[in-house]
Amino acid sequence: MKQLFVGLTGNEAVATAFKQARPHVAPAFPITPQTEMMHKFADFVADGEVETEMILVESEHSAMSAAVGASATGARVFTATSSAGFALMWEVVYIAANLRLPICMPVVNRALSGNINIHNDHSDAMGGRDAGWIHLWCENTQEAYDSALMCWRIAEHAGVRLPVMINYDGFIISHTSESLNILPDEDAWKFIGPKDVGAGYSLLDVENPITVGPLDLTDYYFEHKTSQIEAINNSPEHIAAIFKEFSALSGRTYDFIEEYRTDDAEIIIVALGSTAGTAKVVIDMYREKGVKIGLVKIRVFRPFPVDVLRKALGKAKVVGVMDKSVTFGGFGGPVFNEIRSAMYGTANPPKIHDWIYGLGGRDTDIAQIESLIDQLQAIAGGSEAEDINMLGVRL
Amino acid sequence: MSNIPTKDLHTGGIITDAGNTSDFKTGDWRSDVPQWVEENCTHCMFCWIYCPDSAVMLDTSDEKTKMTGFVFEHCKGCGICAQHCPPAKKGKAAIVMVRDEK
Repeated sequence: MKQLFVGLTGNEAVATAFKQARPHVAPAFPITPQTEMMHKFADFVADGEVETEMILVESEHSAMSAAVGASATGARVFTATSSAGFALMWEVVYIAANLRLPICMPVVNRALSGNINIHNDHSDAMGGRDAGWIHLWCENTQEAYDSALMCWRIAEHAGVRLPVMINYDGFIISHTSESLNILPDEDAWKFIGPKDVGAGYSLLDVENPITVGPLDLTDYYFEHKTSQIEAINNSPEHIAAIFKEFSALSGRTYDFIEEYRTDDAEIIIVALGSTAGTAKVVIDMYREKGVKIGLVKIRVFRPFPVDVLRKALGKAKVVGVMDKSVTFGGFGGPVFNEIRSAMYGTANPPKIHDWIYGLGGRDTDIAQIESLIDQLQAIAGGSEAEDINMLGVRL
Repeated sequence: MSNIPTKDLHTGGIITDAGNTSDFKTGDWRSDVPQWVEENCTHCMFCWIYCPDSAVMLDTSDEKTKMTGFVFEHCKGCGICAQHCPPAKKGKAAIVMVRDEK
């Protein structure tokens, strides 16, 4: 297969992938920095390049409600959001997962309000990390495009049937043009394929009438939550198979995590999203100085890949977790919470510390990551350090 | 409470048996209870149409369907049937709400 080498912003790349997936329905409501993605997709619809019913709704709560209704008929459905828009969807985001609807949704990550800020951090998606969706995180435009192809296979797989959230950093990825390889339309379609309308259930199947989303009290709610737990816990084997198939097709390797120069690393940084790219550059600089340092980038945050992370981090002396969101009054950020918890009880676990960074889009440059690595080296050398630290803020 | 285990539940918690409300006995919520005054009843079926549950009993064996009373396992005493009973508007109510003393 010959791929096309193009220059696109993250939003344009994701819109292109979704066009190639030929969705039936797309409810849309604008919010920066997601808006441009839906603009681009609406262009494709207006130009007749894809036959999708666009529903222009009055809020994000309505966008997800429309997505749930459409998906319950058996349609292939996506919507997209950011920040406060995601927060307004909240109620229905949980419902989509409970109803096991294979909706796909880019969350173009942006800070949550108070004060108003349009720039990137991860507080929107991390607030929804327990909603029952599968979370894919992207480092760059290429990964955003590839994830927007793979998400359909994952969500609609008969053994998964869960909604998938594709996270990519607002402006840093969404509005920055990068070169990437995209699949020709026919090859993308060959990979994704039509939605199996026979899988699951359909509200439009009048021969088999059903009730969707009924009252569920003390007698069954707990069992239904248990079936959701089992669904997401059983999803990794199917996700892994889809990653493997796409890796072979595209020549780009996908897995639950990406390990960068970790083979002999004594110090490992853990990061999500575009920060991983910057960290790789700084790690190369320190490697040249002989520092044994590497990076673990988490690509799938839900389901949380406990086993692969234990294996990847188990050999290190010190792990520095980078959290681009904050849990007020909690014990560190969400990524740190999970990593520390996963490593507890393993043999000779590394020292694990957290750095909250980049809130509200504070630029995370090379100097900041150098400062992080200097602190991690000091900890490796025996220095005491706080569990939870801040990076790049004026104290 | 029924005892279907997690592994036997439908995906997404959907309900596949239509009309299964009749399996749920909800009449014990009631504080008022409808009393049927048979001699005033014209069998117009307004009570049956307006009942939000399935608490009005009918006899459909004859050509002319007849109202025959209430299923108290489902009647929650909302009184909508009494409000809409046409003979009541003429002062000869066929349904009268009284306090459910139990």
